[in-house]
Amino acid sequence: MADLLFFLEVLIGGLLAGVMYSLIALGFVLIYKASSVFNFAQGAMVFFAVLSFVGFMELGIPFWAALPVTVVLMIFVGMATERMVLRPLVNQSEETLLMATIGLAFVLEGMAQFLWGVEVRRLDLGIPDVPMAWLADTTGIFVSVFDVVAGVVAAIMVIALALLFSKTKVGLGLRAVADGHAAAMSIGIPLKQIWMLVWATAGIVALVAGMLWGARNGVQFALVWLALKALPVLIIGGFTSVPGVIIAGLIVGASEKLAEVYIGPYFGGGIELWSPYVLAVIFLMFRPEGLFGEKHIRRV
Amino acid sequence: MNIAATSAVEERAPVTDAAGQPILAVKNIEVIYDQVILVLRGVSLNVPKGRIIALLGGNGAGKSTTLKSISTMLASERGKVTKGSIEFDGERTDQLTPNDMVNNGMVQVMEGRMCFGHLTVEENLIAGAYTRSLSRSQMREALDQVYHYFPRLKERRSSLAGYTSGGEQQMTAIGRAMMATPKMLLLDEPSMGLAPQIVAEIFEIVRDLNQKEGVSILLAEQNTSVALKYADFGYILESGRIVMDGPAKALAENKDVKEFYLGMSSEGRESFRNRKSYRRRKRWI
Repeated sequence: MADLLFFLEVLIGGLLAGVMYSLIALGFVLIYKASSVFNFAQGAMVFFAVLSFVGFMELGIPFWAALPVTVVLMIFVGMATERMVLRPLVNQSEETLLMATIGLAFVLEGMAQFLWGVEVRRLDLGIPDVPMAWLADTTGIFVSVFDVVAGVVAAIMVIALALLFSKTKVGLGLRAVADGHAAAMSIGIPLKQIWMLVWATAGIVALVAGMLWGARNGVQFALVWLALKALPVLIIGGFTSVPGVIIAGLIVGASEKLAEVYIGPYFGGGIELWSPYVLAVIFLMFRPEGLFGEKHIRRV
Repeated sequence: MNIAATSAVEERAPVTDAAGQPILAVKNIEVIYDQVILVLRGVSLNVPKGRIIALLGGNGAGKSTTLKSISTMLASERGKVTKGSIEFDGERTDQLTPNDMVNNGMVQVMEGRMCFGHLTVEENLIAGAYTRSLSRSQMREALDQVYHYFPRLKERRSSLAGYTSGGEQQMTAIGRAMMATPKMLLLDEPSMGLAPQIVAEIFEIVRDLNQKEGVSILLAEQNTSVALKYADFGYILESGRIVMDGPAKALAENKDVKEFYLGMSSEGRESFRNRKSYRRRKRWI
């Protein structure tokens, strides 16, 4: 019985951590859907967003005012990216866009540290990172309140974005643009607006992800490398699927924690860091488009 | 006139020249790509309202470039109209974007179909109406109208466009363009890579659209015989210049056109050994 409880506790902890990965991966999916490009700058956007948020708070702006101010800032970053990076590169190859996002990552990382300094900040969202008392009392399973709140926030964002893609006109325009810039332009879909919208939305997703991760691990440069955590999630879930990254995030989170606890001892521990990548490689071998990704359509 | 006069196109007043209330007027344009590659060297053409005009020529003659200059898609390929002017519906297009052009009533159907492969046929069509704000019932109506012209698309409405045949993709592309209710369509090689039967089917529909919906059409084609069969008037483009123009019927009967573009001549095939010069005499307009 104690074994089962322990298993459940590890599993739930893992699933909730997985939701946080999904949140990071969501930003990638957004950009990938609209530009067919892996956005190397997503990690930098997370860092830039949350560092700015903390920076505004340090200037004496209260929490509830700093949030909209940062959202506006991220929308502005999205618009600037469209104007200065994407518009000059319309109809260029995906490799060119990929390189451009690497450049963008350096610019954002540099700007963030130039504006707000390089020291590690604390971010207190006022959500306690302690086990939920009633759950611990009734079942003996320890689950952090913070993890649960993060999971709920992520779930809300995911549902909103899934609806945006599948139900709205903008969502259709977005998928059309992802399929071919030139064709989308030829029927009058305004690339400018679509891209601005997508990058601004990705910026807001980055802000939310950054706040949750920053509150847990501190607001620091290492947030940039969160993007690497999203990679196995994207490979398993498929680059183009919003529901895909959620499921994949849960798989990655649960499997890495379970692997750490049950398989880890045989390797001397620490396998949590690389087990998701092993899983991703297995997926690449047998299902390269991921669980829910779009199959490549090629006419022969 | 002649026995073929039963065909609907020839019952209309014959087009002797392409002048007179043009919906599109291209005046002496020069196009340069990447600031060094000169592609069009003074191209002029007119599309009168409600007509089908063919733009003929071989590979690399500049047909697609002409269409892209007209639809203003050129900018995204690093091309630029450096001289001359283009007027659509009485308005200069220099400062307009492709989005503006669609709003003003001109849609280009690009070469190679370019359907959204990951969207269903119906989603492709719905995307075509992106510039219009339609209610659910208006959208239904617009879709039904396209399905009326392209009954095949109705059957394939829920399959991914990427998995449909080449002919169906071409129909999807034209249907998608029609969803914007354009006054004018630019068709870039609709016959490309399609079986002659399908080509005929598509051209019949294009003629239908022209006659029933009153859409003016500028058609770039390599398939000269088919294009001249359906068009009212034709221009022949060669290395970035218009070298010949005339009513479609006259062009189809012209000796040079027959020999160079239709592959036939009155004295049987001429041997190259007997030719002093391989360059054809050019006729400027």
